[in-house]
Amino acid sequence: MEALVAVVIAVLVSCGVYLLLRARTFPVILGLTLLSYAVNLFIFVMGRLRAGAPAVIGSSETYADPIPQALVLTAIVIGFAMTAFLLVLSLRARAELGNDHVDGGAAIGEKPAKPVRPLEEDEV
Amino acid sequence: MEILLIIALPLLGAGLPLLTERFGRNICAISAALGPALSLILILQYTPALLQHQMFFLHQPWVPQLGLDFSLRLDGLGMIFALMILVIGLLVILYARYYISSEDSLGRLYALLQLFMMAMLGIVLSDNLLLLVVFWELTSLMSFLLIGYWSHRTEARKGARMALAITGAGGLCLLAGALILGQIVGSYNLDMILNSAALIQAHWLYPVVLILILIGAFTKSAQFPFYFWLPHAMAAPTPASAYLHSATMVKAGVFLLARLYPALSGSDLWFYLVTFTGLATLVFGAYNALFKHDLKGLLAYSTISHLGLITMLFGFSSDLATIAALFHIVNHATFKASLFMAAGIIDHETGTRDMRKIFGLARFMPVTATVAMVSASAMAGVPLLNGFLSKEMFFSETLKLDQLGNFSYIFPLLATFAGIFAVAYSYRFIHDVFFNGEPNKDLPIYPPHEAPLYMILPMAVLGLLCLALGTMPNLLVSPLLHAAAYAVLGTDIPRYHLAIWHGFNLPLLMSFVALGGGLLLYYQRKGLFAFYERGYRVDQKVVFEKRIQRLVRLAQRCTDAVENGSLQRSVAVIIGATLVMAAVEFWPLGNILGEIPLTPIDGISVIMAAIIIVAAVVTVASHHNRYAALLALSAVGLVVALAFVRFSAPDLALTQISVEVITIILLMLALYFLPQLTPYESSWRRAIRDMVLAGGTGIAVGLFTLAILTRPYDTSLADFFIANSVSGGGGTNVVNVILVDFRGFDTFGEITVLAIAGLGVFLMLQGLELPVPRTDRHGRQWTRDPYPIIITVLSRMFFPLALMVSVFIFLRGHNQPGGGFIAGLITAIALILQYICSGTEWVRQRLPVDYGRMSVVGILVAVFTGMGSWLFGHPFLTTTFTHLHLPLIGDIELASAMIFDIGVYVTVVGAALLMLSQLGNLAQTIDPHTDPDFTAEST
Repeated sequence: MEALVAVVIAVLVSCGVYLLLRARTFPVILGLTLLSYAVNLFIFVMGRLRAGAPAVIGSSETYADPIPQALVLTAIVIGFAMTAFLLVLSLRARAELGNDHVDGGAAIGEKPAKPVRPLEEDEV
Repeated sequence: MEILLIIALPLLGAGLPLLTERFGRNICAISAALGPALSLILILQYTPALLQHQMFFLHQPWVPQLGLDFSLRLDGLGMIFALMILVIGLLVILYARYYISSEDSLGRLYALLQLFMMAMLGIVLSDNLLLLVVFWELTSLMSFLLIGYWSHRTEARKGARMALAITGAGGLCLLAGALILGQIVGSYNLDMILNSAALIQAHWLYPVVLILILIGAFTKSAQFPFYFWLPHAMAAPTPASAYLHSATMVKAGVFLLARLYPALSGSDLWFYLVTFTGLATLVFGAYNALFKHDLKGLLAYSTISHLGLITMLFGFSSDLATIAALFHIVNHATFKASLFMAAGIIDHETGTRDMRKIFGLARFMPVTATVAMVSASAMAGVPLLNGFLSKEMFFSETLKLDQLGNFSYIFPLLATFAGIFAVAYSYRFIHDVFFNGEPNKDLPIYPPHEAPLYMILPMAVLGLLCLALGTMPNLLVSPLLHAAAYAVLGTDIPRYHLAIWHGFNLPLLMSFVALGGGLLLYYQRKGLFAFYERGYRVDQKVVFEKRIQRLVRLAQRCTDAVENGSLQRSVAVIIGATLVMAAVEFWPLGNILGEIPLTPIDGISVIMAAIIIVAAVVTVASHHNRYAALLALSAVGLVVALAFVRFSAPDLALTQISVEVITIILLMLALYFLPQLTPYESSWRRAIRDMVLAGGTGIAVGLFTLAILTRPYDTSLADFFIANSVSGGGGTNVVNVILVDFRGFDTFGEITVLAIAGLGVFLMLQGLELPVPRTDRHGRQWTRDPYPIIITVLSRMFFPLALMVSVFIFLRGHNQPGGGFIAGLITAIALILQYICSGTEWVRQRLPVDYGRMSVVGILVAVFTGMGSWLFGHPFLTTTFTHLHLPLIGDIELASAMIFDIGVYVTVVGAALLMLSQLGNLAQTIDPHTDPDFTAEST
């Protein structure tokens, strides 16, 4: 079972990272969401895999580790907040820059425009 | 403890002038003088004991692991410097009151001067080498701020930057030298270091230590070839120039030579390095000073020259030379500070410092002229003034050198040569400015007036001091000098006699040659100036700035090589680097699998895993078609929720499934405004690179997971929470008890983040205008019926049910899976459903709630619950509980944690709806069906 969980996490991470490296904002956000599933699962299974033993006193003989669960619970909610914020950021970027490229607009095959700070006159 | 006060008082006083500035300049000046004056009184109380060669120590560990202690020592050397710093500092404070114009902030200058004073006193009173370096750096910083006081002026900024670069670099060398020295001796305590001369000088690292420390001292004391920052530091206001760049800070370098003299001096290397650096600086400074037309420029080069003289005396490594050096430090501080003040007065009263424009001022400002004449004569070494005495000692010491065999005569020769130039530039300062014809009518300020009395007073005090020290040295300065020499040389101070008249001897002859030669040189100046102007001279500022620019360009190129402005590339580099680091760290693990055997796999798990894997891969594969990718993503989220159920985490499953709903709705809303397709723009090379990175990361995390899961782990923390959940938190759902009770403070932080994210979304959407698509990507019109009747009616029927479920989930949360987070999410979903099915306007009319305010109220509820426990004398967020039996619902528990959970609930509802309703609003602001102006977006 552990191997199966590891494979699932590995696939989620791979897919998340690949999307994270894309050039447009929406796939990047999808990638981040996939990655946060993976991370949540990863932290969760740090408490080891236990079936039928929820951490509710009196419900069974032994209990699963409640600490990773508490951590992940808030992580899920905050992950949602982060996704929402990034989404709105990408909307804003789209409105301000006219496109949804992560670098603020570079056509295919073109190097991204680099903001160069011009030297002030008296710096010479 | 009182030694600490000597340093602390100026530090404490630094804030005063800033506060009192608004009450007028006099009060500001008085408040600025308060701290230093008290410090001076303190140190004067120590003086009698110090003159008896007593020492005072203060020891306070600071970072003992590093050997850095806050140790202070007050000995004769520290005393003489501290007196100089405080007396001249007070005079400068008085002077600056009249010098700084009302347009500039007097309080800021005073604050900086006092902070500098603190740092400088720290240097001279440190008993720990590292502490000394700390204060040393502080003086560099304060000097930087003071040179840049008029920050709107280019030369002030450049001068400040150059001074900081040079003295800062020197400070780093000093730090390196100090660290090595501390390693050799085994302690940074000065007493230990000063008593380990033999050990240090026998060590093979001694030359390295010496050179590093000397670079520190030489940069600070503007020795050749590091001198060039000092003339450019003259962009500072004159009080700062008089104080830092002639009387005190530049003396820090020679102070260091004196302080470490017992430990480092005596070797040949010391002799050659220090003597020749000093000699070169002495001659170079004196020669250049004559040709500067700027009053402060002349004084700056003269300061360089005199610092060279002092350095050279330390290099001689003889006891008498050391005493002469200490004496000249005091003398130079008096006459040079006085002359700087005179230059400041002339600048103040005529509007210029250019000696080619200023003539004949003696008639207009007789008092200034008289005092300046006295001080300049002291600088030239005229008999009856203090400069004469130390210069005589210097001349006689140069005659005693025999290290160079037959060539030793170059020392007295070059010393006399520098003396001639010193007389010439001193004479020029007087003759050019105060005599030499009538003042030009085109001076910026004409006619010049005598300065106010209290501006002259500090200058006159110092001028008189020159005269007094020169005529009564044994009465005034001998005891102090003796105490300082004792601190440097120890018990065997040679017999010496400060006297004006030693009879006719060679040093006296050298003095007269210098005086006569200097006057002669000055009257031949026309030809000399022409000669000097012909010479090719580089402007060090331009050279320096060019090098800085080159350095900046190099740094920029290095940065560009890594970071070219592309986020994709940065992310790739970060992920790649992380991967490499993780691989290096975990390579020694060897076996992936640990000792715990794998548990058996069951069919349901395999199916779930397969769905997750397939859905995730489909998400990636279809990411060019965003809507399809989004649907696949939602499948992943749903099955992850099932996985939580499978592995005994019902709370997580509930949270995940509700968050999943909200997230997907949010993504769909946003996708409405974004292109529906992702263009194919990655080259195959990039795609392969990304696949390698992604695959590598996935495999690494997978192996890491497997490695952890097959190894034993410590359950004591889990056991603690399980054992104490009921007795300590009053709930059987351990996860919820952890959230609202044991780790309530964490949860409090998390809901705050949530609310801030909500507000961030809200603000980011303000004023946002996005083109709204009229059709979907196939060109089909969106439906003209945004709110279909069936779903609207159904959603309204569901609403009370959903609310009831959320109340139920909330109430049972402490004992059964549920709680504030999940209940909040369910309420949010119920409300969002109304938004979707009936429209924003419809909901707003029926539920006029400001969600931003709501989320903040939730946080406040949590805060007040937490603070409530203070009333009972318990720490923040301590909970208390009691049980209550309600009909139908059963046994529920009333815990104060529940009120906290209400806060969580309210925040979650508020933040989630703030985000979604705002985004939903955006879609409604431009109705594609009624607004004729909107343009279809082109994908």
